[in-house]
Amino acid sequence: MRIGDYKVSYGADEAVFRTGTVRVWMIVLFLAMAVFPFWAGDYLLYMANLTGIAIVAAVGLNILTGAAGQISLGHAAFVGIGAYTSAILITKLGLPFIICLPLSGLSAALFGVIVGAPSMRMKGLYLCIATLAAQVIFEYLFKNWESLTGGIRGINVPAPTIFGFEFNNEFRFYFITVPVVIIVVTAARNLFRTRVGRAFIAIRDRDFSAQLMGINLFRYKLYAFALSSFLAGVAGCLWVNFIKIVTPEHFPLHESIRYLAMIIVGGLGSVLGSIFGAIFMTIIPEVLKSMLNIVSAFSPDAMAYLSPLQTVVFGLLIVVFLVFEPHGLAEMWRRVKDYFRLWPFEH
Amino acid sequence: MAILSVEDLSLSFGGLKVLSEVGFAVEDGDIFAIIGPNGAGKTSILNCIGGFYRPQKGKVIFEGSDITRRSPDRRAALGLARTFQNIALYRGMTVLDNIKLGAHAHLHTGLLKGLLYWGPAAREEMALRQEVEEDIIDFLEIEAIRKLPVASLAYGLQKRVELARALAMRPKVLLMDEPVAGMNAEETEDMARFILDIKEERGITIVIIEHDMNVIMDISDRVSVINFGQKIAEGTPDEVQAHPEVIKAYLGEKRD
Repeated sequence: MRIGDYKVSYGADEAVFRTGTVRVWMIVLFLAMAVFPFWAGDYLLYMANLTGIAIVAAVGLNILTGAAGQISLGHAAFVGIGAYTSAILITKLGLPFIICLPLSGLSAALFGVIVGAPSMRMKGLYLCIATLAAQVIFEYLFKNWESLTGGIRGINVPAPTIFGFEFNNEFRFYFITVPVVIIVVTAARNLFRTRVGRAFIAIRDRDFSAQLMGINLFRYKLYAFALSSFLAGVAGCLWVNFIKIVTPEHFPLHESIRYLAMIIVGGLGSVLGSIFGAIFMTIIPEVLKSMLNIVSAFSPDAMAYLSPLQTVVFGLLIVVFLVFEPHGLAEMWRRVKDYFRLWPFEH
Repeated sequence: MAILSVEDLSLSFGGLKVLSEVGFAVEDGDIFAIIGPNGAGKTSILNCIGGFYRPQKGKVIFEGSDITRRSPDRRAALGLARTFQNIALYRGMTVLDNIKLGAHAHLHTGLLKGLLYWGPAAREEMALRQEVEEDIIDFLEIEAIRKLPVASLAYGLQKRVELARALAMRPKVLLMDEPVAGMNAEETEDMARFILDIKEERGITIVIIEHDMNVIMDISDRVSVINFGQKIAEGTPDEVQAHPEVIKAYLGEKRD
């Protein structure tokens, strides 16, 4: 229960973690994240890495689509650009991972700005189709520019090394993924405490009045595209260094849609929502799969019937979430917190 | 001295002539009212001044310089603020964030500093918070609602938040489009008092469009009457009320 929590400075009131209780829980969370790899097995660490990478990409898409309101169907292509940039820089130029990470982001950001340029003239569904075109074009390039991308065979990448230390398994890579996720999430949350984040939301909510408030629409839309694809590029770089191979079929349209699903299920425009959404969309299919394995141990035939059902159940879960909580998991989380604020004295 | 003047303004959408050769000058520190029947082109004038419409002919002059070709965001930075007829708040944000957004053009945090936050961006945000709290929220008496999302507020309060956001733009001229439309008597009185306070305490020039004649005649220094896109009269409230063209436009004329 939270009482007597009075703020005496504007700084205290503007803080992200505003109460002692929240700060204690954040410390618990960080400790849990630090202990996790020593406790978990390879499979759980593999999932944790994938989830972390998905969080980075989802935070990026949520800035563009959730906050600034520019729907993108090409997010996977930008993740792909980051992955390919990183793979090419590492194998052809022999650059170290730590330099490739920001460069992959920058290269994706550059293409993001080019794809975002039509947003000056186009809105909503029309812009959506323009980003879809980008998705298709980049997929085609990944597949057919063989001299650069290795075509459908792709590019193999060695395990990344930082200061002579090789991050060659799930356990070690965890210590790359988690710091990157923490930096990205902190930066994104910070952005929404300043005029840039507010301008994004203003553009989403009412673009014409945003302009009369002194916001240069085109510049801020390009900021949103650049930042979103930068994070996609960083996610792509992490991904290729973790999986150690990149091929064109890793970045299809349905991957873009999966990112959109993450931010919708998690909560549009909320950084916390991107985290929840990325966790949900990565973990739940695996949970369903393992449930299926348990069932099939009892009747071997079940696999054949139930394995398509897995997709159906997953889709159903998303629909149920959207019907009962259209503002996503982040809103659900807020309501749970509100309930416990006065607990156990509800009234 | 005229702080804002409009010269020879003509605007048409295809064949539809919305404004023809409208001109007026607003003195510094005045409340200047634009009245006229529905569809007369009043809001179009504000849109031309704000930069949302590009007039085919004519000039908008602000503090002695021609701003007719400036983009809306540049004009906002110069000191032109606007409130809207049908409230244009950002529904996804709290009252506080909406008001802070008004100051956008006067802040300097860029993308990279924003991502970092600590340091210059945080200092700027704290200074802004203090200004918004002590200079605007306190003045408009909206302390109780500052943390609420705007979508949950009553209509009259939303109008007041919109005024707060416009004040955060640190305007020299405030363009208000029907600030008391749809308000009850008490809310109207409050709003009229705020408008007078803004003029008298802050010295901000106000251009106001309104249908509530009682408010207009009470608070404005000069009134301009627009009908069918043309200016038919201008003067003090008393002069305008007695003007035969104005009576004709509002009441119609007797058929012989």
